[in-house]
Amino acid sequence: MSLPEPILSLEKISKSFSGVQVLHAISVQVNAGEVMGILGENGAGKSTLLKIISGIYQRSSGQVLVAGEAVEITSPSDAKALGIAMIPQEFNLIASLSVFENIFLGQELKGRLLLNKKAMRQRTHQLLNLLETQLSPDALIEELSVAEKQMVEIAKALVNEARILIMDEPTTVLTSQEVEVLFKLIDKLKAQGVTILFISHKLKEVKQLCDRLIILRDGELISVVQVSEINEQDMARKMVGRELNQVFPPRSQVQSKVALKVENLAVKNLLSNISFEVRQGEVLGFAGLIGSGRTETAEAIMGLRRRQTGDIYVQQQAVQIHNIKDAVKYGLAYLSEDRQGCGLTMNFNLPENISLISLNNYSKGFINHAQTREKAQQYVRKFDIKAASLDTELLYLSGGNQQKVYLSKWMDTQPQVLILDEPTRGVDVNTKKEIYHFVQSMTEQGLAVVVISSDMEELIGLAHRVLVMREGQIQGELRDQDINEQQIMFLAAGLQSQAAPLSTTLQENHQ
Amino acid sequence: MSEVAKMDTKSNSSSASWVTRLPKFTLSNWAPLVALLVLVVLSAMASEHFLIPRNLTNVLRQVSYTGIIALGMTFVIIAGGIDLSVGSMVALVGVLVIMLLNYMGDGWMAVTVSIAAAMAMGAAFGAVNGLLTTKGKITAFVATLATMSIFRSLTLYISDAGEMVSQNNHYPDIGGGYWMGIPIPVWLFIGLAFVGHIILRHTAFGRHVCAVGSNPKVATYSAINVKRVYFLTFVIVGFTVGLSAVMLSSRLNSVSPGDAGLFYELDAIAAVVIGGTSLAGGKGTLWGTVIGAIILGIINNMLNLMGVSPYLQGTVKGLVILIAVLMQFKRDR
Ligand SMILES: Nc1ncnc2c1ncn2[C@@H]1O[C@H](COP(=O)(O)OP(=O)(O)OP(=O)(O)O)[C@@H](O)[C@H]1O
Ligand SMILES: [Mg+2]
Repeated sequence: MSLPEPILSLEKISKSFSGVQVLHAISVQVNAGEVMGILGENGAGKSTLLKIISGIYQRSSGQVLVAGEAVEITSPSDAKALGIAMIPQEFNLIASLSVFENIFLGQELKGRLLLNKKAMRQRTHQLLNLLETQLSPDALIEELSVAEKQMVEIAKALVNEARILIMDEPTTVLTSQEVEVLFKLIDKLKAQGVTILFISHKLKEVKQLCDRLIILRDGELISVVQVSEINEQDMARKMVGRELNQVFPPRSQVQSKVALKVENLAVKNLLSNISFEVRQGEVLGFAGLIGSGRTETAEAIMGLRRRQTGDIYVQQQAVQIHNIKDAVKYGLAYLSEDRQGCGLTMNFNLPENISLISLNNYSKGFINHAQTREKAQQYVRKFDIKAASLDTELLYLSGGNQQKVYLSKWMDTQPQVLILDEPTRGVDVNTKKEIYHFVQSMTEQGLAVVVISSDMEELIGLAHRVLVMREGQIQGELRDQDINEQQIMFLAAGLQSQAAPLSTTLQENHQ
Repeated sequence: MSEVAKMDTKSNSSSASWVTRLPKFTLSNWAPLVALLVLVVLSAMASEHFLIPRNLTNVLRQVSYTGIIALGMTFVIIAGGIDLSVGSMVALVGVLVIMLLNYMGDGWMAVTVSIAAAMAMGAAFGAVNGLLTTKGKITAFVATLATMSIFRSLTLYISDAGEMVSQNNHYPDIGGGYWMGIPIPVWLFIGLAFVGHIILRHTAFGRHVCAVGSNPKVATYSAINVKRVYFLTFVIVGFTVGLSAVMLSSRLNSVSPGDAGLFYELDAIAAVVIGGTSLAGGKGTLWGTVIGAIILGIINNMLNLMGVSPYLQGTVKGLVILIAVLMQFKRDR
């Protein structure tokens, strides 16, 4: 590499939203063909910076240069014309349209008179192949899992063969396998001279993938470094501004009382023969690939999916759960992986969102607004939620901060069993730590926690036991020292391994 | 435990910069009220008759018939639905009420029972719409388009397309009466708006209505019975239709089945939209709807006072709706 020329230069970019400055004179140069990582806490301004480059937001001041020329990027189509494509953090897909229709939205291929659907399908098929997913170009978006939607977003960004590709947390919902595929693809693109801007809260990934890093804190540029010259610990320190240690707290003592027991759960075409139990104070992890049925298991327990068979016991009592209301009544809580689609009411403010499920606790006929605000304020403090005010609509919070509001919303139901589906999706290292410690402090008090996660570190660091699912069944169970990445991958992929098969461990349990 | 405490102290310092509120631009939220005030001033300047008390109470009375329905409609629209059948429903309830009155004879007893029956019938017809959309899974637009036609045709059939006149001597006192110089329908309109506002803003149900309209899936995952909420909004609008039918039929002491309530759905929906409630659902206010209804009423009144051809009044109304929606669109940006 001799004197690389910057394909993208940012000069003193600043941005304010109605008077609040979120970016302060950011100046950076990005070279052609490099992978530039962008790190920062939730609300640091990462997405805002990249949205300015891709024409979604307008900068308040400063200048953007592409290949040495000053440019005005006032809309996403300007960005497209300059060869800039973006994978947004929040999905931007039309639910009622198919995969290929979404990918070609606004740039449909036309035949002489009508749309050339065949060509569009074919191209979509190619892109999906590149991403090694089994998705059909004709699948409807509303039927896809979050991970699949993410894949569609990636494919959509690839379709124009941009020279600058912006990726805003593309890996938060992917399992390591899919991440692997994505990284291979990024390497390929890089070899073709494509420049990539990559946001992630997974420092390990960043270390593995990126050439250089931009670190932001509270809208200020803290440093631009070569990845080879910095380790994960230092990355975290620079982001947070202080030392960060002991991300995972020591595990709580598991109590003897079983908080949730599921027996022989089955859902048509999706799940069969799911049985497990969680004790008070225990953290039970669920691992598995995308489509292995982890989310579906949680939804079936919560009464969000029709069960064919299955008995559920809460605190050793058999319970009838017909809908999620029943589940909440029995003290079950479920934080969905899809905070945008299933989690939060985007035009509600913080107190309105946080009190939505637990509203009865605040209303004897009429809602006690002061009380909901007070409670919301407590969560804001506890989780360090960054919002302009309590009255801010959720729409205007950064992704990670939305996630914290979502967690607050479920915690406010005071559950006895908490099912967390990708709980730290899009959450920065510091907040992850806070959430882990929070979960730990709750388990100390007897809460039983089920964690579904694609983040192996999270499972290894948090869980007492891990169940690995595959194709709608529980493939095996790992406990204590046996919980490691290799074992999980083995089971998830359906390979025979040293792990004890499920039946024997279950027997042990019942001794 | 100590970890939690540490978090607290940390957040205090870091959230300090976020205490500074984003100054939310509120003028746009006040747009309906501003428009109303401007309109009043313009009207007062354009016609000396406008501010005469009798004219004002007349305008308000005229407004209250559709206004009452618009209040119910606000709930439906916030929940993400729409009800096109309200106009026909007014006629149907009106005809049935007068038949009941005449069956029961004279006296206040008959009036009381009939009013109660009107509310019940309205709620029941609303429930039909509610069932069609929730259990039948037909979109609100189509379901109520169908019932709009059905209700009107039943009205004509029952009444044999002839004017229905009540024999009751007390009935006209309801819709034609005054209390403290203000017509009873106006009191009812204001009272219902107040009650509606309390329900929408200060009860769990109202909160659920907004949540359902904003994103039904999120509402489902938040343990809200979405279908129940949706169903109940149709019952609410039906109930308001029942009351409106009483006011209307008692004022004239009769109902003409062919044109009672004609185009009420348009006026009600227009009032809701002018009042700033989004047709996409999820948010809206009842005071906005009240103002929207009054704006429409004043425009009608002014066009009359100024001698504009009645045939042109629809055009003006249409333009006002367009302006309101365009402003709303801007606000969403
Ligand atoms: N449209 C908006 N209006 C007002 N404020 C906004 C808007 N978008 C973002 N902000 C604010 O700007 C700040 C930076 O947000 P941004 O989305 O860039 O954070 P981020 O670094 O991407 O965080 P995360 O890791 O959580 O995604 C946040 O505090 C957010 O509240
Ligand atoms: Mg972001």
